Amino acid sequence: MSRINTCFDRLSKNNKKALIPYLAAGDPKLETTLGLMHALVAAGADIIELGFPFSDPASDGPVIQQAVERALASGTSLADVLTLVSRFREQDQETPLVLMGYLNPIECMGYRNFAERAAAAGVDGVLVVDMPPEEASELLREICQAGLDCIFLVAPGTSEARAREISQLSSGYVYYVSLKGVTGASHLDTDSVRAKVSELRKYCSLPIGIGFGIKNAEMAATLGAFADGIVVGSALVNLIAELDADKSYTQQELLEHITLIADMRQALDSLNG
Amino acid sequence: MSDSEKQNLNSGPDKHGHFGIYGGIFVGETLMPALEELNEMYNKLKQEQSFWDEFDEDLRNYVGRPSPLYHARRMTEELGGAQIYLKREDLNHTGAHKVNNTIGQALLAKAMGKTRIIAETGAGQHGVATATVAARLGLECHVFMGTEDTRRQAANVYRMKLLGATVVEVDSGSRTLKDAMNEALRDWATNVDTTYYIIGTVAGPHPYPMLVRDFQSVIGREARQQCLDQCGRLPDSLVACVGGGSNAIGLFYPFLNDREVRMIGVEAGGLGLHTGKHAAPLNTGKPGVLHGNRTYLMNDENGQILDTHSVSAGLDYPGVGPEHAWLKDIKRAEYTAVTDDEALEAFRFLTRKEGIIPALESSHALAYAMKTAGDLPAEHLMVINLSGRGDKDIHTVAEIDGIKV
Repeated sequence: MSRINTCFDRLSKNNKKALIPYLAAGDPKLETTLGLMHALVAAGADIIELGFPFSDPASDGPVIQQAVERALASGTSLADVLTLVSRFREQDQETPLVLMGYLNPIECMGYRNFAERAAAAGVDGVLVVDMPPEEASELLREICQAGLDCIFLVAPGTSEARAREISQLSSGYVYYVSLKGVTGASHLDTDSVRAKVSELRKYCSLPIGIGFGIKNAEMAATLGAFADGIVVGSALVNLIAELDADKSYTQQELLEHITLIADMRQALDSLNG
Repeated sequence: MSDSEKQNLNSGPDKHGHFGIYGGIFVGETLMPALEELNEMYNKLKQEQSFWDEFDEDLRNYVGRPSPLYHARRMTEELGGAQIYLKREDLNHTGAHKVNNTIGQALLAKAMGKTRIIAETGAGQHGVATATVAARLGLECHVFMGTEDTRRQAANVYRMKLLGATVVEVDSGSRTLKDAMNEALRDWATNVDTTYYIIGTVAGPHPYPMLVRDFQSVIGREARQQCLDQCGRLPDSLVACVGGGSNAIGLFYPFLNDREVRMIGVEAGGLGLHTGKHAAPLNTGKPGVLHGNRTYLMNDENGQILDTHSVSAGLDYPGVGPEHAWLKDIKRAEYTAVTDDEALEAFRFLTRKEGIIPALESSHALAYAMKTAGDLPAEHLMVINLSGRGDKDIHTVAEIDGIKV
């Protein structure tokens, strides 16, 4: 059983929701990201989505675009992010890690090479933003062969037929995009998300994570009421933007800076309290 | 005849938008339903004669087609070899071939009931052509343009504003065409229900490379017939500049099965291919995925897209239409590059010898002819796509000459 499956099983037995923060790896530098990953776990994160940088992030809003620009400016490549994962695994063999990003860096590394190196480093799942099921077959084969989960997106406009197919192809969890737009947008409509997610449940047996536009503990709790997991990206990345690239932070300092995560943890746990 | 020689080269792409290994649909899930809807609508409308009748009528009475095929006698004489014919897309309404496509896509937007149009633009020609059709249809229009390009093409920015469009300046990445396209894709994902995205070149996710090609193919269909009428036979070679590649594919496509006709696409060699400061992915790049399709790209060893350079904003793009990538691989078309300086020389040459001021983009195709026509026999017929006029480039050239206009 994959780390992601084990994680959701454990949570579901305890009647808990997954808290899934996203970090742009290398923002502002890889060393900071490593510290943040451990701090996130300490603050109550269940799974970490680790963004690997691409120069042209066409599905991302300004917050993550700028984070990616900072990561590229600090010289971060996909290979560096895999090394980061290995280093994280030296201390943490439990927390599932999902690599998230765009296809071109993976194309450049080669599908098989990427999948094998990712698995060896300790990656658990892969989410390629600009790879819909229609174009996924080759990479999906390599990812599955390497024993990794492949997470696909379902969006508000996705038809039932497509959503069924996506649910079939996905493993680990399905990522429901809560709004029409880019990451970090501000027009999330809870009622329509609830309706779509309950429809999705009719034919999707995987856990459902919801992301895009979830900014605070209150929103996490509202959506967490009907999701299996909550993804927080831009709101967290916004806080990280305030960190100084030239400084080393202790875990305590990082935790004090990202209290958002502990707040979200508390809000999600209080759903069944 | 080998199998590849018998293959119908006009049959692509396949139903998922692939030209060989190129093309396809690589976008976030949010855009997938919109692309499916567009694909269905286009496949339905293209079967209907009334759709093409309306397109043809707009091209005739609004754009001013057919554009002439002009025998450039003085240029021919000066170069002392091949007979040079210019396909005069510069004479179209709005000054370039771009309008052929925006007329066609505007008909699609109308049929789909969209109330808002967006577009990306580099030199501003596609932006102007989009703002033009939006004005004519009374639709809201937003054009995304990199700040590097708004600076280079200030006159076109003002033209778009006069036409009622909002020009959104894009200040991310390299601040040129590729970044404008990223921003247009983000806007589309956000406003997907109301908005039609008019992509200006034969790139982007399927079905764009196909439908933009179909609308631009009017260039090649006319040129083919005009050549038969004026010269009694097909041309020996076709020459066109290639940025994204829409004017080139428009000229090439109707000739693809005429195997005896050579096709040469000319990329922007910038300061020289060896300097890295250019925009010539077919000459120097390798396959990758950007802006919704797989194609030749300029990227580094980690898959990050490289900054490009060209004196012409319209060619300043790190990718190229997937059909060109395929035509290169199957060796049906050849792709070369000329430098900024060679293009500028051709710009001045045509202006002085023929009294036609060409766009800097088109000047790349002219520069290739200047380098090669003299070595060809006098019976060689060379058709060059004069894809746009150079009025928009006067300031750029003056700046290079150190003159304030």
